[in-house]
Amino acid sequence: MAFDEYQKRDFKQVGTRVRRPDGVDKVTGRAMYGADATAPGMLVGRILRSPHAHARIKSIDTSAAEALKGVKAVLTGADLPVQDEDFIRDVQDNCMARNKALYDGHAVAAVAAVDAATARAALKLIKVDYEVLPHVTDVDVAIKPGAAVVQDGRTLENVPAGMSENLTSHCEFGHGDPEAGFARADKIIARSFRTAATHQGYIEPHAALANVTSDGKAELWCCTQGQFYVRTLCAAIMGMEASQLRVTASEIGGGFGGKTTVFIEPVALALSRKAGRPVKIVMTRDEVFRATGPTVHTSMDIRIGMTKDGKITAAEAHLRYSGGAFPCGTVDMGAQAAFAAYDLEHVRTYGWNVLTNRPKEAAYRAPGAPQAIYAVESVVDELCQHFGLDPIEVRLKNAAKKGTKSSYGPTFPDIGLVAILEAAKAHPHYSAPLAPGQGRGISCGFWFNFGGNSCVSMNINTDGTVGVTEGNPDIGGSRASISLMAAEELGIDYDRVRTIVADTSSLGYNDVTDGSRVTFAVGLATIKAARDAIRVMRGRAAKIWGIEEEAVDWKDGAAIPAGPNAGKFPPMTLAEIAAVSFETGGPIAGHHEVNVDGAGVSFGVHIVDVEVDKETGATKVLRYTVFQDAGKAVHPSYVEGQMQGGAVQGIGWALNEEYIYGADGRLQNPGFLDYRVPVASDLPMIDTVILEIPNPGHPYGVRGVGETGIVPPLAAISNAVSRSAGIRLSELPMSPPRVLRALGG
Amino acid sequence: MKSIPVSTTINGDPYEFLCAPDETLLDVLRNRLNLTGAKEGCGTGDCGACSVTLNGRLVCSCLVLGAEAEGAEIATIEGMADGDELHPLQRQFIDHAALQCGVCTPGILVAAKSLLERNPDPTDEEVRYWLAGNLCRCTGYDKIIRAVQAAAAEMRGA
Ligand code: FES
Ligand code: FES
Repeated sequence: MAFDEYQKRDFKQVGTRVRRPDGVDKVTGRAMYGADATAPGMLVGRILRSPHAHARIKSIDTSAAEALKGVKAVLTGADLPVQDEDFIRDVQDNCMARNKALYDGHAVAAVAAVDAATARAALKLIKVDYEVLPHVTDVDVAIKPGAAVVQDGRTLENVPAGMSENLTSHCEFGHGDPEAGFARADKIIARSFRTAATHQGYIEPHAALANVTSDGKAELWCCTQGQFYVRTLCAAIMGMEASQLRVTASEIGGGFGGKTTVFIEPVALALSRKAGRPVKIVMTRDEVFRATGPTVHTSMDIRIGMTKDGKITAAEAHLRYSGGAFPCGTVDMGAQAAFAAYDLEHVRTYGWNVLTNRPKEAAYRAPGAPQAIYAVESVVDELCQHFGLDPIEVRLKNAAKKGTKSSYGPTFPDIGLVAILEAAKAHPHYSAPLAPGQGRGISCGFWFNFGGNSCVSMNINTDGTVGVTEGNPDIGGSRASISLMAAEELGIDYDRVRTIVADTSSLGYNDVTDGSRVTFAVGLATIKAARDAIRVMRGRAAKIWGIEEEAVDWKDGAAIPAGPNAGKFPPMTLAEIAAVSFETGGPIAGHHEVNVDGAGVSFGVHIVDVEVDKETGATKVLRYTVFQDAGKAVHPSYVEGQMQGGAVQGIGWALNEEYIYGADGRLQNPGFLDYRVPVASDLPMIDTVILEIPNPGHPYGVRGVGETGIVPPLAAISNAVSRSAGIRLSELPMSPPRVLRALGG
Repeated sequence: MKSIPVSTTINGDPYEFLCAPDETLLDVLRNRLNLTGAKEGCGTGDCGACSVTLNGRLVCSCLVLGAEAEGAEIATIEGMADGDELHPLQRQFIDHAALQCGVCTPGILVAAKSLLERNPDPTDEEVRYWLAGNLCRCTGYDKIIRAVQAAAAEMRGA
């Protein structure tokens, strides 16, 4: 059996609800987030942003700002190097525009000054001469010939007739012959959908504190989901060697994918280099909305054929996504995820990315999947209504399972979808009576999950405690999960393990905290690092006992002789071995470095009851239950937390959240008052049912759980609204005005 | 603009500071007094991350001027625990996993404490409406409501 593979075992610590190690710091206000750090002689950095959706920057006059007392550096795009490689140039141009401002809020200049008031005053003194250009902010307009062209030279080769130069990519997935399948259907439903762009909405705005010294070394403190990736991007933009730039991740106040790239970090570094002093930049909420984050906004056509007994005969999706002013690959993920929950003979998905004058898309929990699956699950539900079939039965009848060739190519190993659907069907929520005017909806959800580069060190301290060093910011309890897995494997108490998140100079490369990868991939590296440390400790015990290392086993946190032939020695505990380590060969450590494969896919099913107020158009969520396969829930409370948090973000997306652009191409709601995320009084409890269908690719069976939860709410709520109010909406969010319009009010 | 001298009490201790007339109490706490437990999530009164109490009243410190603290009694998250002894709300938040990223937590704890001082036995709905001004993007609020209720029960000796 391969080392990575799942082996059934009785867990002693994994699966318990221990207290997280960073809990006390976080409930007492002591934890240090991005904006909480200071440095001696620190300057305040601020950024000037374009008020135009699309404009050529003819010139920037910074002389008056530079002359203002207290201003120590002024920066424009001309201060940054010209990048030849498309990807890094896009990242850099998004941080600081070079020739054109591509969206409302695009950074065009920055200052560093002795205090915030001086920095603000200096921004007002910068004169930018703009030539305002025609703009386009809507995907359906941008894709048509004749639309304003957002960027030259980025157009896909061979643009099909009827599409515009804003098209940057195309993808296609699937198998079989959809037309043959449609011919066998008793009913074909074809519908078009649109979804608004939403923002991750993390409560902590981006913050960075940079300190570049005259010897070319630099320190960067920032809130990020991946300090190593920040180093890669900033080193490229700054023309620095990675070894000279040390990036430390602060505690992070939410990210959800939105903190997987850089925005202000290179700007803070460049200002610090220019000023010769530390510079701190903290975004305002307005800047967060206008210049970071959002998801793609989409327009989609779905066509599904079904027999009258509920068998899907063919399915097809055309997805048009816009990731803003830069090329974006998110539509590929939507096109791959759209039909993942189904075992289909004939399926085809097509995806197109289109440029618009909007901020550069950043990942948001299962990027690309919620939109496509919303559209698919809406049409499946409409077919169920048409035939009078039970929506869970229909999904069971068509469910992907072990051996299914997925619509995006791979053949599934053990997956939990059928078990989840059965659990949902049997759950009291599904059969609970509904009052008149209430409606119940369900939807499936899916995410691929990732593994990736992971590197863990484990030090066995002489007092018998253990330090784990990992490289992924703890965004929702991962220090606790990593400590639990280390304790489990070593056979010691959770309380004796302390996990810390290292800076980029203290550990090898770790991929970003994304793709639901940390508990899975870093957990796997932790387990292997523990096995490495155990190998060393077995060697030490062997040395003490004067026998071969192979003759020593490890059990319940102690070395023991492997069998009667090994000799008779009492077990030697980890603490006993550690205490004498200086006499047996020196400090004891284990480590593991790996690029992990085998992240098991994750499915979920949500059930929701709603009531639509026909006078106001407001939809009230009355009851909500999430079912999801966690493989193995390492810390069940934080697994539930991921499921609940994802569901509520999805509820916000379904009912309220949207980027609203005016005719002038400016974002009209860049604040929490007008971009309304769910608040406590909007919601019921979010019930959770964790299923554990072990992931064959992880020693403990763990699957990532972070992302799938945001996928089902969109369609589940739309389906519930349809059954509550008799209206089927095809556009998100289902905000009260839109619902009223659909009701004919 | 001339700075204004202010004398105030924070978490029971006397403080004196100078601030600009347009400087918020949140900026004073964070930038002048190094009390960074209160967070700025929006600066416009919409998120509650900056919650403190001013003379016993729950406020968004981003909407209060530093100068308004003159002669006042302010309580922040830094004063909630009694030395090493966590407040029941703080303990229950850890035990119920009511925080994920934790950036909303200081504001929510201050707000929840203020609720329980007025209403020691709230319904779930009362907790939800009281906390409606405190955004949490991570948890979906479920575990927060449970943690507040557990702390309320503990404080009532129930
Ligand atoms: S920072 Fe004060 S309410 Fe958001
Ligand atoms: S725990 Fe992250 S915002 Fe509440």
